[in-house]
Amino acid sequence: MNHDAYPDNYIRGILNSVKSIAMVGASPQNVRPSYFAFKYLAQRGYDMIPVNPGHVGKDLLGKPFVASLSDIGRPIDMIDIFRNSSHIMPVVEEALTLDPLPKVIWMQLGARDDAAAMKAESVGIKVVMNRCPKIEYGRLSSEISWMGVNSRTLSSKRAPAPTQGMRLSLNRMSVGGGDTAASDRAAKNKAEQS
Amino acid sequence: MSDRLPGFSTLAVHAGAQPDPTTGARATPIYQTTSFVFNDADHAASLFGLQAFGNIYTRIGNPTNAVLEERVAALEGGTAALAVASGHAAQVVVLQQLLQPGDEFIAARKLYGGSINQFTHAFKSFGWNVVWADPDDIASFERAVTPRTKAIFIESIANPAGSITDIEAISTVARKAGVPLIVDNTLASPYLIRPIDHGADIVVHSLTKFLGGHGNSLGGIIVDAGTFDWSTGGKYPMLSEPRPEYHGIRLQETFGNFAFAIACRVLGLRDLGPALSPFNAFMILTGIETLPLRMQKHCDNAKAVAEFLAGHPAVASVSYAGLASDKYNQLARKYAPKGAGAVFTFSLKGGYDAGVNLVSKLQLFSHLANVGDTRSLVIHPASTTHSQLDDAAKVKSGAGPDVVRLSIGIEDKEDLIADLEQALSA
Ligand SMILES: Cc1ncc(COP(=O)(O)O)c(C=O)c1O
Repeated sequence: MNHDAYPDNYIRGILNSVKSIAMVGASPQNVRPSYFAFKYLAQRGYDMIPVNPGHVGKDLLGKPFVASLSDIGRPIDMIDIFRNSSHIMPVVEEALTLDPLPKVIWMQLGARDDAAAMKAESVGIKVVMNRCPKIEYGRLSSEISWMGVNSRTLSSKRAPAPTQGMRLSLNRMSVGGGDTAASDRAAKNKAEQS
Repeated sequence: MSDRLPGFSTLAVHAGAQPDPTTGARATPIYQTTSFVFNDADHAASLFGLQAFGNIYTRIGNPTNAVLEERVAALEGGTAALAVASGHAAQVVVLQQLLQPGDEFIAARKLYGGSINQFTHAFKSFGWNVVWADPDDIASFERAVTPRTKAIFIESIANPAGSITDIEAISTVARKAGVPLIVDNTLASPYLIRPIDHGADIVVHSLTKFLGGHGNSLGGIIVDAGTFDWSTGGKYPMLSEPRPEYHGIRLQETFGNFAFAIACRVLGLRDLGPALSPFNAFMILTGIETLPLRMQKHCDNAKAVAEFLAGHPAVASVSYAGLASDKYNQLARKYAPKGAGAVFTFSLKGGYDAGVNLVSKLQLFSHLANVGDTRSLVIHPASTTHSQLDDAAKVKSGAGPDVVRLSIGIEDKEDLIADLEQALSA
């Protein structure tokens, strides 16, 4: 997979197929991006599991925190890692010990570890880096258009009026895919510099 | 669902708009409402906390305006956009995110006269200090960079003389200085030039001109290219630092490559207040659907009129980058191959008096202070748009006393030429 620019169908396929998502680094603080994403994905019908050893015994929007991936005790489709790039590898290594393996490992906006990605991909796990699943879901459904964001999708179909707790169709026509050409280029330059 | 890039005209008609989910209305409805009901207290809190996508109050966002925002973002190749009440409002909102009192920004000397005034006087009172540079001398931008420089501002095609700016060269200076390049793309529109493709980090427009295109609605827009890294060195605290307005959210961390557009919305528009009326957004959206058709005709007509004027005995000189002999023709071929725009100036051998006489004799051209209308327009900048500049500054910005500015409309070019012909010989 070219991690500088993802085709929309790749992201769409992931968000359309996964049901359970373990979020590593989920924060109970309601101004943290992980809290935003956790809440949004739960509202859109995903089975969300907060993973954070610092908060075991508490819950996040009604879901009990677990200390680590191995404590979940049931198969999970996707691991969404809300940690800095430098903390990705150990999480991926732990994920690779799970049985069954997760289908997807997703690294949050700003997080990228190409070596960890290669490791996961070598055993057939799909990897997404430096993206936010909330933003991608909002973009492919065009819900994010309320914020003036370029969803880079088009549709001449009448969508149902979105309500809370409803899954939205992600199957609009894509415009080019990936991010915009200019922002992809900038992200790539940044990755190469660091 | 293949990832296929639709053409510009398809985006001009479709981007951002889909049938209304509630009624099936195919044209974008005018959501003429101040506010939007919440589902429940949690939904309200999520919206106010920026956790959910949705509408609260039209000063922060409106569904009609959102269609306009996504459309222009798509046409410019940006990640997101924010529509505001006017082009000038767009400039204030952009710089409010970038500058603290005492900071500087570098601006090209060749700008719309109103922008020169705004930067020189209004912004000075905010403590935002403009430093002028000459777009024909790229080194003058480099020399103007100081540790307090926070941005560089240029026009792609500059008002009034239609000169073309070397966006790539100036973007190199901006990148080296570690500051974003802001391009006012009003006179080109994304049909002629897409500044983001040439290194712009932020694009602003007066939608009042070619994008709306019919001289009926004021508007402005800010497009985020998604290219600038706001996190370095605490230089842009509105984006990189926890915001007290939002209980400590860091916008870049939360919104990634469209954080600048969000900052403009939730820190700029929300608090400064220059919201665009949804009715104006609707009018401008309707205009944008025909932008590619209109813009090509504007340019084709402008070239024909410029050629006519260049051959007329009463005309001293024509400044139109689309003419092969023009100083900016090379840059026009590079940046605007489809046409060099439709706003340009010429000067009359008879000087100031001949200019005033011409304006009064024209029958089809309207004498008014606007550009980018379907109708052809004429003005004498020295006595109007640029009147507050001193004589030296007038000449430097291309608005000397003998200069007349035209904005060529989409009428039949033969009629425009005939009108100029009769007025020049009268
Ligand atoms: C190049 C340019 N930028 C900005 C503006 C300001 O736009 P508005 O009048 O919509 O505030 C104008 C208006 O003439 C303009 O020509």
